[in-house]
Amino acid sequence: MAKVHVTTTINGEPAEFLCEPDKSMLDVLRNTLGLTGTKEGCGTGDCGACSITVDGRLVCACLMLAAEAEGHEIGTIEGMARGEALHPLQQKFLEMAALQCGICTPGVLIAAKSLLEKNPDPTETEVRFGLAGNLCRCTGYDKIVRAVLETAAEMRETAQ
Amino acid sequence: MNVISDKLQVEGNRWIGTRTVRPDGADKVTGRAAYAADNTMPGMIWGKVLRSPHAHAVIRSVDTSKAEALPGVKAVVTARDIVDFPVDKSVMLGIQDMRWMCRNVMAREKALFHGHPIAAVAAINEEVAAEACRLIEVDYEVLPHVIEIEDAIRPDAPILHDFLKHEGKPSNIAGTMTAKLGDVEAGFAEADVIVERTFRTRPVHQGYIEPQACTVSYAADGRATIWSSSQGQFMVRAMTSLLTGVPQSNIKAIPAEIGGGFGAKTIIYLEPLALLLSKKSGRPVKMVMTREEVMRATGPTSGSFSTVRIGAKKDGTIVAAQGTFYIQAGCLPGGPLRGPVGCAFAPYEIPNVLSVGFDVVSNRSKVAAYRAPGAPLGAYAAECVLDEVAEKLGMDPLELRLKNSAKPGSKAAYGATFGKVTFEETVEAIRTHEHYKAPLERNPRPGVRRGRGVASGFWYNAGGESSAQVNITEDGNVLVTTGHPDVGGSRASIANVTAELLGIEHGRVSVQIGDTSSIGFSNLTGGSRVTFASAMVVTQSTEKVITQLRERAAKIWKIDPEAVTWENGEARPAGPNAGQFPPLTLKELAAKANEMGGPIGAGVQLNTQGADPGFATHVVDVEVDVDLGIVRVLRYTAAQDVGRALHPSYVEGQIQGGVVQGIGWALSEEYLYDRQGRLDNAGFLDYRMPVCSDVPMIEPVMLEIPNPKHPQGVRGVGEAPIVPPLAAIANAVYDALGKRFYSLPMSPPKVLEALEE
Amino acid sequence: MTDIRYLAPRSLEEAVSAFAAAQGAARILAGGTDLLVQMRNGVVKPGLIVDIKKIAEMTEIAETPEGGFRIGAAISGATLAEHPRFGKAWPGVLEAINLIGSKQVQGRASPGGNLCNGSPAGDSVPAMIAAGAVVTVQGPNGRRQMPVEAVPAGPGRTHLAPGEIVVSFTLPPRPAGSGDAYLRMIPRTEMDIAVVGCGVSLTLQGGTVTAARVGLGAVAPTVLLVEDAARALIGSRLEEEALEAAAAACRAACRPINDKRGTIAYRIKVAGVLLKRTAAIAAQRAGGN
Repeated sequence: MAKVHVTTTINGEPAEFLCEPDKSMLDVLRNTLGLTGTKEGCGTGDCGACSITVDGRLVCACLMLAAEAEGHEIGTIEGMARGEALHPLQQKFLEMAALQCGICTPGVLIAAKSLLEKNPDPTETEVRFGLAGNLCRCTGYDKIVRAVLETAAEMRETAQ
Repeated sequence: MNVISDKLQVEGNRWIGTRTVRPDGADKVTGRAAYAADNTMPGMIWGKVLRSPHAHAVIRSVDTSKAEALPGVKAVVTARDIVDFPVDKSVMLGIQDMRWMCRNVMAREKALFHGHPIAAVAAINEEVAAEACRLIEVDYEVLPHVIEIEDAIRPDAPILHDFLKHEGKPSNIAGTMTAKLGDVEAGFAEADVIVERTFRTRPVHQGYIEPQACTVSYAADGRATIWSSSQGQFMVRAMTSLLTGVPQSNIKAIPAEIGGGFGAKTIIYLEPLALLLSKKSGRPVKMVMTREEVMRATGPTSGSFSTVRIGAKKDGTIVAAQGTFYIQAGCLPGGPLRGPVGCAFAPYEIPNVLSVGFDVVSNRSKVAAYRAPGAPLGAYAAECVLDEVAEKLGMDPLELRLKNSAKPGSKAAYGATFGKVTFEETVEAIRTHEHYKAPLERNPRPGVRRGRGVASGFWYNAGGESSAQVNITEDGNVLVTTGHPDVGGSRASIANVTAELLGIEHGRVSVQIGDTSSIGFSNLTGGSRVTFASAMVVTQSTEKVITQLRERAAKIWKIDPEAVTWENGEARPAGPNAGQFPPLTLKELAAKANEMGGPIGAGVQLNTQGADPGFATHVVDVEVDVDLGIVRVLRYTAAQDVGRALHPSYVEGQIQGGVVQGIGWALSEEYLYDRQGRLDNAGFLDYRMPVCSDVPMIEPVMLEIPNPKHPQGVRGVGEAPIVPPLAAIANAVYDALGKRFYSLPMSPPKVLEALEE
Repeated sequence: MTDIRYLAPRSLEEAVSAFAAAQGAARILAGGTDLLVQMRNGVVKPGLIVDIKKIAEMTEIAETPEGGFRIGAAISGATLAEHPRFGKAWPGVLEAINLIGSKQVQGRASPGGNLCNGSPAGDSVPAMIAAGAVVTVQGPNGRRQMPVEAVPAGPGRTHLAPGEIVVSFTLPPRPAGSGDAYLRMIPRTEMDIAVVGCGVSLTLQGGTVTAARVGLGAVAPTVLLVEDAARALIGSRLEEEALEAAAAACRAACRPINDKRGTIAYRIKVAGVLLKRTAAIAAQRAGGN
């Protein structure tokens, strides 16, 4: 199978890879590029564990062909912290125990970041619907929702 | 929520009861934590499983020659390669019978469900492996299949296993279990009110987000290394050893981070196949299930068909209770009978009880454990019947529970005589909670009705084997190793305990989960046992370390070790008589370790005892859209005796997570089969687990009543929270609609149909 | 193993010629939220994937000289939601497109894909039908236009000719007093496929309905235009009798199946309930315009 050569940007760094035309972005991130922070929970877009951003827009990496990354900017969990400095959401998730097993956490964090970028002052309902594409089976969502709301409040305060 | 934390913090405790950041946290929020599917190895190849397309079929032959000839294929295994455990002789590993496990990981005589493994292939990549699976020729003789319990127990049902006999005849009833107290018929004769109802539930899946995955490397010297996520690396080692014939001493099982288990990962599916493929190919083999494979071929928990009858006197005294529980085992014996049979009536002191469970096989994947295995099935039936009894008696349902609550010395039908019982406290916590007293607006809008329901639950909890090693590093910090996979934050609790006992900064304690070659045997993470058992062995290990530290200080000061105390992370003379010495810190003692007798560290291996049972009582408000039949949960409060919350956040998390799983079980989750016996909803789209917008905040009420048999007072908390929700929600729906539902899930079509009756 | 090629042409002509030349072995990739799942499940094994998102016309939002909108068939719901005027004119169409899947899916899924996937439960289709949207289609024989309701042929099938690609949706200008809405019944609050979906577009003058269209999804092999329901509403002041008549027309139009998502009886009942609820929202919006 003739491979496609893709030139793209991942977490701000230029990246190049070869992939089969039918490989998903998720497959290439995990198995070609070694970026295993993006998780596969279902492979059909129903769990959100593979949430990434493409040009800042939230998508499931399992529902995107890797070939489509050409010329776009991909954001994954590995790019969320700046060096040792965690993103406020990452920090708040730790402080408020918004994770148990942690498998959904990278996807939830990427989705929550995307949500707060669009809506810095969400209601509980907006957070719940904003994260409805991210299944979590451990937490019952309570602490996740609280952590997102609390982070939003702190980020608004910092921004002032 | 922080208010709770302050209340929980015991006077003088610096770390226990506080919300510290978990030791594995940073890795998990940055994507660095390595789960089973994240592992790769040089030279690694990929394994795939060929699965039965039939629900029930004799396997006449399996021809793998074409698959083996495909370029890129490195190995093929079939049932012939798996160790056979003949059906007439039971070989147990914990609660698992290897006769059934060997037939579960690979179909032997027959394919018993759609998705049953027939063969496995390893090839240079997943695509070639999948193509090779398609080239395997299997000659099936398709047999009639049976899916539902009521069909499987009919006299003319297709029989799955000729060797299973019930009442002398071949049967799909694989076994029974009875719990008995007094004489139920005599008890019912005394009753003024008797309610008897029949209930049905569907199998539900644990729904962990991480599919099963492993990498196995079998080396030329006969030693194998397994990376996989499980609820017990020692279980992985033992079960893989039994199924492959490789001795345990030659297997190292490394626990990856586990992406949810909820009981399901207390057994294995892929590891023995990957080991055998690696052995044949000479290459490390990675296998990862798809979500569809997880849904089809790993064990959900049982569906049930139960009848419960409860009799009470006019004053509310329950005089007799009887339960008959038909529980799905899946295609091989081993349904969780102990859950419904033992737990259904356990919160109550009832003089006459007869509880009988039947283990029913049918052409579904073999069930696996799921959070308080089987207990929610029994509680659903019993707690709904209790609600009706209370109604008939004109009694508040919580008053009825209080009146009959088990007390110290009460005898449970399953055999225990209770010591400390904290059930009343959970009922009282709900009865006096603002939620239970708050007025409920019953018809807030046209077409909408609201209701409130309560229910209680019981889980045994467990102790068992655990090992820990506590080592002081040369620079005076602490490394704790335990043998239990951490599914929900147990490392955080262990760090709190160790830092507390040693009197040092929390950040100086590292906690890791050892592999099978680096820590002593430790039983499964399951049964709500890990925090209980590991805190116990870690406490004892840390105490031994403290003894060593006192001895070292005594040696330096040339005084008696008895004259040295350990306080706030330092050795100090016990009193003025001991002498005047400046304190020696952990760092100072570590620096002098070698000259004063060698490395400092201690390990403890124990079969832990004293895990007293857990009780829970819940209240829930629901809202029903009467035109569409949709039930939504508006408010939920869950009270539970948690013993001591070493880390309150993760205790709350257990309660909140368990409740939401219960909400899914009650309202939206179910296994659906088509007429050919194929699972029709093998994915997260149509297997409907609650999403974030489906549920409200879940308020945990943690009652800290220390377990006197544990050094910190810990009681298991993980399982009891899933026991009450099914009945609590059913009772709330009744309160809203005046209609009782005797079958789960209460899905919209079912609710609307009932409303139109 | 089949050989697969990936093509991301810049022009529609190039896309159509490659698509047509592949003679059925090709699949159009817009958002990919159906296609990638079907490829993974082995339902489709395309020899050629034609990614149309680099073609400007396929992802544009244009306001027509007549005062309507033309939206590219491959535009994502999330992008459409960011347009300053589209959602004000067609709130029902917008909410229908953005009920397709999660936020993640909305970042990719397109109305063109939703229509061409041919599912009777596609959320955007009843709303588009209610809106009176027309698709522009380009194929080897040039361009043509079809009303949206003429596209679906049955589950997974369309009336597009071989080699034809849906290019855009044209929505008509909105007279004053118009409003549309889309509601669906799903068991959860998100992440489900519609058990029933209902789109309603209304124009009211002085409280009287002067124009109405009703689209109904997931109750028949294709999404339906329910003209009887519209007739029941036109001329009425949305009195209970008119709403009940329209609901009855919706129920009568249903030819559903029993499946894992709902029963025949349930779908029929719900179709009527949703008609009333959707019409109420559309009317409220019409009143505000």
